[in-house]
Amino acid sequence: MIESNQLVNKATSQLSYTLQIADNALIMGHRLSEWCGHGPILEQDIALTNIALDHLGQARSLYQYAAEQFNALPAAEKEKFFVSPALQSIIATGKAMDEDDMAYLRDGWDFRNVLLVEQPNKDWAYTVVRSLCYDAFNFFFYTALQKSNDETLAAIAEKSLKEVTYHLRWSSEWAIRLGDGTEESNKRIKEAVTDRWQYTGELYTMNATDKAMQEAGIGTNLDDIKAKWQERINAVMSEAGLDIPSTGWMQHGGKEGRHTEHLGYILAELQFMQRAYPNMEW
Amino acid sequence: MSQQTAEHKSEWPLWEVFIRSKAGLDHKHAGSLHAADAQMAIENARDVYTRRMEGVSIWVVESKYIHTSDPDESASMYEPANDKIYRHPTFYNLPDELKHM
Repeated sequence: MIESNQLVNKATSQLSYTLQIADNALIMGHRLSEWCGHGPILEQDIALTNIALDHLGQARSLYQYAAEQFNALPAAEKEKFFVSPALQSIIATGKAMDEDDMAYLRDGWDFRNVLLVEQPNKDWAYTVVRSLCYDAFNFFFYTALQKSNDETLAAIAEKSLKEVTYHLRWSSEWAIRLGDGTEESNKRIKEAVTDRWQYTGELYTMNATDKAMQEAGIGTNLDDIKAKWQERINAVMSEAGLDIPSTGWMQHGGKEGRHTEHLGYILAELQFMQRAYPNMEW
Repeated sequence: MSQQTAEHKSEWPLWEVFIRSKAGLDHKHAGSLHAADAQMAIENARDVYTRRMEGVSIWVVESKYIHTSDPDESASMYEPANDKIYRHPTFYNLPDELKHM
């Protein structure tokens, strides 16, 4: 009995872990997609839309895997796992969950993305800083995740890493251009770094899920990622002529489903069609 | 007019993009785009012109460095070649021993 409890715990942690990664990808992709048609120049509009689609593609693979894991859970665990009423009603009918249910029918409490990715685009500098902090994390995270015992996660990591390598190159170059650019661009990126820094700590702070998954050989050690992340960010910032803010209070909660008010607005837009016209396809 | 000039000044220069496809041997003109410098031009070209797996190599050159022939001179430039079909190597009889020509 104890053994089977441990197996169930591992399965639910693994599902939470998959959703943490998937939700980061979906919300980041959605934020970047908001630039579509609003980019400062056509070429960058297309660049950002490409990157948004990369994130969305990663989210799809991860949600497919999450749905598969959820459908394999014992019935009692399924009922406990999500709070969202729309998902509860699917569970009650006994139907299998799919990737769309995960994206379109979960409420904010069930989203496990870090707070950084849900922060508004605001302006080009804020967008670049958010991307830089997230891309640098993603790069080292996916590099390490390739060695996961979980073959599906390892395969997704390997495929995603090529895309993430380009994302990091894009955001690093723009950070340097803005920091080392005009007086105005320097002023704006400085403000963005100062403002957004408080959301970076959550990326590399391990919660219970991260710890359980690291012990199981599935997850990565975020302490290692933190050191690499800091080294990379320091290098880009110094080339951009920007100072690293002295580490103060870091915001947390996203991975546990406690979000800033921004996530609600994102979900309202993202989920509107499926909520207003259930089961519609196009 | 002065407003136009100011606007023009704030625009990034134009670049011509040449892409070599996987099967192709040479770089072919794909189009043009705006970028602040060569590195950004290559990256913009990657995003604008190779999204559908069109290429494996990119060349960019600032449009101002491309020099073209004058269309008004095309009569003297190109028409004299029209009646000199003997410049095509189709008038020579090849010996039977020569294969693969």
